[in-house]
Amino acid sequence: MQPQSNSTAMQTQQPQNAQNANSRTAPALLPPVDIYEDSGGITLCADLPGVTREDLAIGVDGRNLTIEAPLKLGETNSLTPVYAEVRANHFRRSFELSGDLDTGKIDAGLRDGVLTLRIPKLEQAKPRRIDVRVE
Amino acid sequence: MLFPSMLRTSGDWFADFEQLYDRMDELLGGRSGVSSIRAVGRAGAFPALNVGNSPDAVEIYAFAPGIDPKSIDVSVDKGLLAISGERQVQDGQGSSGKSGEERTAYANERFSGRFHRVVALSEDADPARVEATYRNGVLKIVVPKRESSKPRQIQISSGS
Repeated sequence: MQPQSNSTAMQTQQPQNAQNANSRTAPALLPPVDIYEDSGGITLCADLPGVTREDLAIGVDGRNLTIEAPLKLGETNSLTPVYAEVRANHFRRSFELSGDLDTGKIDAGLRDGVLTLRIPKLEQAKPRRIDVRVE
Repeated sequence: MLFPSMLRTSGDWFADFEQLYDRMDELLGGRSGVSSIRAVGRAGAFPALNVGNSPDAVEIYAFAPGIDPKSIDVSVDKGLLAISGERQVQDGQGSSGKSGEERTAYANERFSGRFHRVVALSEDADPARVEATYRNGVLKIVVPKRESSKPRQIQISSGS
């Protein structure tokens, strides 16, 4: 039996908050994410199509984690838009991390436009089994 | 650039409202004007599509991250270009998650499952020479235009 942590480890911030910091730019695309937690930490997967490893910026400021990246297609210059469902050219999304996560050991990988982040828990925050003494 | 030209305003949050309004308009079926009987408009569908036109070709961009290119099926039939396939989203099992361990899901927003989208090509597109490439999670499909339909200069001969 694994002890289950009930605290919401991550809370999605409203995009407005992220925009305050950088309000002069055009509205950003909010990448869809999957977030999972196990006893060792949190795994976050985000869809970032058209983003290269060099352009991707993942920043941790205090307890704030921000994912930011431009979307580049390398389209022909003479292209006239006919129809568009994607109407902005950069991604941005922020998350508030809880204190039990080790922000110094975040591991990130990007493949085929999918970002996978692994945020481990601090050692002291990992679940422990408490032995019950028999008296 | 394909994007900035399609953004309405330069960056105030009114643009968000405008987008919302558009979306509501679409949902309520109140879209004014006439659109094609096979209009692609289905907001929120996977993969999202952007279509652009150049003098030489029609370029279609499908935003389909995390898919094995071999499992994407692109076909053209009677002027309709179809993109279909399946996306299996890994449920975070990857890197250091031990298998079989209990996990809590906090967000599950990414598309998973089979997808199928169709784009109607214009009459002047040449379906025999379609090219598709997959890079950084974006599928780019280029459909060249027929030679006869490309813009050209007509020489005026001087009648003597």
